[in-house]
Amino acid sequence: MEALIVNVLLALMMVSVVVLARTRNLFAVIVLFGLYSFLMATVMVALDAVDVAMTEAAVGAGISTVLLLGALHLCRSEEAKPAHKPWLPLAVTAATGLVLVYGTWDLPAFSDPEAPIHKHVAPRYLEEGPRETGIPNVVTAVLASYRGFDTLGETTVVFTAGAGIIALLRRRRRAHEADREDKP
Amino acid sequence: MTHDMVLRVIAKLLIPFILLFALYVQFHGDFGPGGGFQAGVILAAAMVFYAVIFGLDSARKVLPDRLVEAMIAAGVLLYVGVGFAGLLAGGNFLDYFVLDPDPVAGQHRGIFWIEAGVAITVSGVMLKIFYLFAGRDAEGE
Repeated sequence: MEALIVNVLLALMMVSVVVLARTRNLFAVIVLFGLYSFLMATVMVALDAVDVAMTEAAVGAGISTVLLLGALHLCRSEEAKPAHKPWLPLAVTAATGLVLVYGTWDLPAFSDPEAPIHKHVAPRYLEEGPRETGIPNVVTAVLASYRGFDTLGETTVVFTAGAGIIALLRRRRRAHEADREDKP
Repeated sequence: MTHDMVLRVIAKLLIPFILLFALYVQFHGDFGPGGGFQAGVILAAAMVFYAVIFGLDSARKVLPDRLVEAMIAAGVLLYVGVGFAGLLAGGNFLDYFVLDPDPVAGQHRGIFWIEAGVAITVSGVMLKIFYLFAGRDAEGE
C-alpha cells in the first residue's frame, strides 16, 4: 500500500515536471513548482521522514514560491521563445539520467537492513543514543549531539548564504540611494 | 491583497497557530520529529505569510531589518557559545556531558541551546532573503 502511494505521488511529480517544462506562462510555472514541492513533501511523509517533509513544505512550497513570485513581479510573465533547438541539451540530460540510473543498480535495495550504511555507527547510535543523551528521538540526538560539529557547519553555511545575499542585494540599494542623492 | 477581508481574517486566525506549531516543533524536537531548522523555517514562513497579507511595512514593524540581521549572527554565535561553554567546563568543543553534573541533563541543556541557535539563524536568514527580494520593488529598481 505504501509503495503504491509513493509510486502514484512520484508519477504525479513526473507529470508536473513535464507540464512545467512545456508551460510558457511563468505564473503557472511557479504554481506548478509549489505543487511539485507539496507532492515531494507528501512522499517524505509516506517514507516516515516527517521533519524533511516539514522543511520541504515550508521552504520548497512556501517561502521559495513567494520569492519566485517576487522575482516574477520584476520581470515579464511570459517566457521568451528559446533561441536554439533543444535537441543537444535534451540528449546530454538523457545520457546523464541513464548513467545515474545505471549507477543505482549497484546500490543496496531500498531499506535493506544489511546495507553498509546500517552496519557502521548506526547500531551504536540506536542502542546507546537514548541512554547516553536521554533523548528518545534518535534523529535529534545524532544531529545535535553526536554530529554537533557537522550541524555547526550547516548553520554556518546558512549564515554564509544570508550574508552573501545581503552583500549582493544591499550594495545595489546603497548605490541606488547614492545615485538619488547625487541627482539634485 | 491588504484590502481583502477574507484573507485578512483567515491570516489573523491562522498565524497564531503557525507560530505555536513552530514553537512545538522547536521544543518537542527531542521527542517527535522536528528541531531547530524546521522550527526556523516555519517561523519564517509565518512571517512571510503575514507580510504577504498585511504588507511588507507591517512585517518590518514586527521584526525590523536590524533585528533580523542580528538574528542571523546571534544564532551562530549562540551555537559556538555552547561549544566554548563545553571547553570552559573542562570538556571538548561541543561536549555537552560537562554542562551539568548529571551527564544526561547536560546533553539536554546543550541540545536545547544549539537547537535554539539553529532556529534563530535559519529564520533570520529566510526572513532577510524575503525582505531583500520583496523590498526591491518598493525602491523602484
